[in-house]
Amino acid sequence: MAKIVAVVTTAKDEVGGGAPIFIQPDPERMKKTAFLLEKLLDAAAHELNETVYLIVDRHPENG
Amino acid sequence: MIVHWIHAHRDLAVVLLGTSFGLGARLLMLRADYRQYPAYPHGMIAHLALGLIAGALGSVAVPALYHNNYTAITFLSLAAQQFREVRNMERNSLEAIDRTELVSRGPAYIEGVAVVFEGRNYLAIFAALATTLTAFAAGWWAGIAAGLVSLGVVSRFMRGKSVSHIAKVEEAPIRLEGPNVYVGEVYMMNVGLEEDRDVIRSRGIGILLTPKNGNGRVTIANMGQRQAILYDASVRLGVYRDDGEPALVPLAKLNLETGQLAVLVLPRERDASKAVRAIENVPLLEGAIRLPTVANRRSAEGG
Repeated sequence: MAKIVAVVTTAKDEVGGGAPIFIQPDPERMKKTAFLLEKLLDAAAHELNETVYLIVDRHPENG
Repeated sequence: MIVHWIHAHRDLAVVLLGTSFGLGARLLMLRADYRQYPAYPHGMIAHLALGLIAGALGSVAVPALYHNNYTAITFLSLAAQQFREVRNMERNSLEAIDRTELVSRGPAYIEGVAVVFEGRNYLAIFAALATTLTAFAAGWWAGIAAGLVSLGVVSRFMRGKSVSHIAKVEEAPIRLEGPNVYVGEVYMMNVGLEEDRDVIRSRGIGILLTPKNGNGRVTIANMGQRQAILYDASVRLGVYRDDGEPALVPLAKLNLETGQLAVLVLPRERDASKAVRAIENVPLLEGAIRLPTVANRRSAEGG
């Protein structure tokens, strides 16, 4: 199953829970952080909506 | 001189004839799979050596039987055991290589290739057996003729079906709506980063496979078959991706309503007609072929 390994957002009230959350001041910074996290974690960045990006790991060996 | 030698050593000469036809059959079949494996000289030598052994085993059994040595047939069972090992060997080495591929073959494809390699050795035995048997029973020319016929049979057997037999393959437009990527009407995936979207927009080719009947629909829905399509397309066209770029992965998704399969590939060489041809030529995996219409008809007839 795919796993959310990080959440990047500009609206901190919209998110919460287990994965690390990166709160960013503006959309530009949010996109940049999502880009970096995608490369760092080898996990795909997905745009949930304008204010939330999910970093999702699909490697089967990571469960 | 040669004729004299052949008459003096009839058994040996016949065995040699059979062996060479067996090896010839294996050689003929080795040429067909340049695309899959093995592409390098040592892999080829391993298979030619096994082909030679297969040919020798097939042809040696015949003179032994002619001299009332019936236990010689157990020899062939030894061969069968040996070639089952070939299948394991192929599977293991392909699985090891698969982990280093940017686009993997997938277990179903590997199993298909391994089974084919085992089967081809049996076909080499068969060609050698047929040649030697006929040469013994009806003379030289008949033996050579039987060898040629068996080469023909073997090359017919070897030619499996391809995707073009079960589905119509055509290009389909790629559409991006915000982060969502569509091929034709089929939703493919959500791509978060603008950079990745640009790559997909400029590099991607969308292909739509429309199954020709119910059997084809089930076959292209098979995950192993889909991975084989992606792998072959990536091999033939190159692949625009790297490790650590999970968004740029070639993808195949079904349209559940129509049974169509939408494929998104990111080739090095952006040529849609080549991509269509590459996918048309993807072999149908033995493990993926389903014939539900035949099975239903049979069970209806059976009562």
